[in-house]
Amino acid sequence: MEAAMGLMRRMPPKHTDTALSALLSLLPDHSSDLLSQIDQPLQVLCDVDNAKEFILCEYNRDADSYRSPWSNKYHPPLEEGMHPSAELRKLEIEANEIFTVYRDQYYEGGISSVYLWEEDDNEGFVACFLIKKDGSKYAHGKRGYLHEGGWDAIHVIQVGPEAQGMAHYCLTSTIMLSLTTNGDTSGTFNLSGSIRRQVTPKDPQH
Amino acid sequence: MNALEIVFTPYQTTPCLRPQFSNTETDQLSPRRQTHCSYKLVTVSAMEDAEEILLSDDQKIDIAKWFLLNSPPGEIQYVAKDLRSVLNDEDVYRRAASEAFPLYNKLQIICLQFPNRSGEVLVSSFSELSEDEYLDPRTAQVGKVDHVRQICTQMRPARDEELPSQYIEEYRCALDAEISKYVGEAYPKGVCSVYCTSGKDAEDCGSDFELVVVITATRHSPQNFCNGSWASIWNIEFKDELQTVEVRGKMQVTAHYFEEGNVQLDAKHECRDSTIFQSPDDSADSLMNIIRHHETEYLTSLQTSYSNLPDSTFKELRRKLPVTRTLFPWHNTLQFSLTRDLTKELGLEK
Repeated sequence: MEAAMGLMRRMPPKHTDTALSALLSLLPDHSSDLLSQIDQPLQVLCDVDNAKEFILCEYNRDADSYRSPWSNKYHPPLEEGMHPSAELRKLEIEANEIFTVYRDQYYEGGISSVYLWEEDDNEGFVACFLIKKDGSKYAHGKRGYLHEGGWDAIHVIQVGPEAQGMAHYCLTSTIMLSLTTNGDTSGTFNLSGSIRRQVTPKDPQH
Repeated sequence: MNALEIVFTPYQTTPCLRPQFSNTETDQLSPRRQTHCSYKLVTVSAMEDAEEILLSDDQKIDIAKWFLLNSPPGEIQYVAKDLRSVLNDEDVYRRAASEAFPLYNKLQIICLQFPNRSGEVLVSSFSELSEDEYLDPRTAQVGKVDHVRQICTQMRPARDEELPSQYIEEYRCALDAEISKYVGEAYPKGVCSVYCTSGKDAEDCGSDFELVVVITATRHSPQNFCNGSWASIWNIEFKDELQTVEVRGKMQVTAHYFEEGNVQLDAKHECRDSTIFQSPDDSADSLMNIIRHHETEYLTSLQTSYSNLPDSTFKELRRKLPVTRTLFPWHNTLQFSLTRDLTKELGLEK
């Protein structure tokens, strides 16, 4: 597995999909490890009831269906799918609203989704904040600089309660970026990649 | 080179990833996160239903070759080590390596020392005499190369028929001298060579011939988690009848940063120019100036691209600050007129 992760750190990021498929076919027994550890560009589904798109990830998936943060329903519909508790769902709705404003202010477009779920081991919960922005000329790119480009961000926060009203936070952020410009004097310029950082500050509980 | 094309061409199908669920027991803990799904690579043929495939040795070799060929500059040995571990099949690895390493070495134009340290030889399609023999025209020597170990194991003087004629050699040598001087000044650690790729036996004026200038420079800093390379290839066609010289240049810059991540730059540029057919020394001088001009111009535009990145290019993806020019107020989002702006932006108005 370590060797597989080593390979993923060296292959060109624009070929992440191909590299991942290749590794999955060479190491079928490690498929769940590979899929959970290797970041892939985010996919999107449309919640037709609310006419809004939402981002797909492991954290809102159950079987083959994905839960929309807008309607709290699974697409395609799923009987007995996993849902967050009522209290957590309220927090999730609020988080989505705030994050939408944040996304709008910084990204001027794009799609965002927030998913919360309980962590049963320690009475805490986990929140996943996702953003997907397609900055290419043909999508939302307003200024026409980018020939092709995308920004995918995944932020996972684990919140665990500790004694005396203090909470323990652990944030893991992964950003996947790709941009290509095409100019007469500059030729093709393609910069792409992903970085992952982890931070664990101590903060008073809200 | 797309691994999927190579691996799945025999089946003429499109591979797709589909989750399939194995049997799992229900658990006290959160069932969603305990659900194990195994993703198996599934091919969907036009006529049949999806079926599982086990990889043949040939397919494994194709995949292994793909990994090796896509290694960033200076990293193929690291990739090879990881690949061997993943493959867990020495025979498949050896076969893949014997095919992939020569291609990689020629693509990257690696530079190897002669065993007696009398000079260097560049491994490229222009200098290739046979699968493992490469010519260095400057010292008129031929090196025997072990591609997988990436070293030059033996050397010998070049035979007459491997070298250009005296007439051509005058042009080649004069250009080589000028380019070497330029590379010494412009590059901290560059190497270069000039080859005759066409018309090398021309005895006198009245014939067309072609020279190729190759310049490469690499910077390997694995302890700092970054590597980079520059390669420029200049095709120079001497056309006798028109008394002109046509120049076509291709420059490629790659960089790889991999501390807690994987970020790669891949930039390419092509250009053309021309000059008149002159004596060897005068031609060398004009050509060197042409090459220097275009390479400097490209370097400058790369630097401009880089400095534009944070302010303009990047802004297409994410602004540094919202239009209010203040950091996002997480505690007070109501200051933004949520209903009005959002309904407009999100297209919720019907």
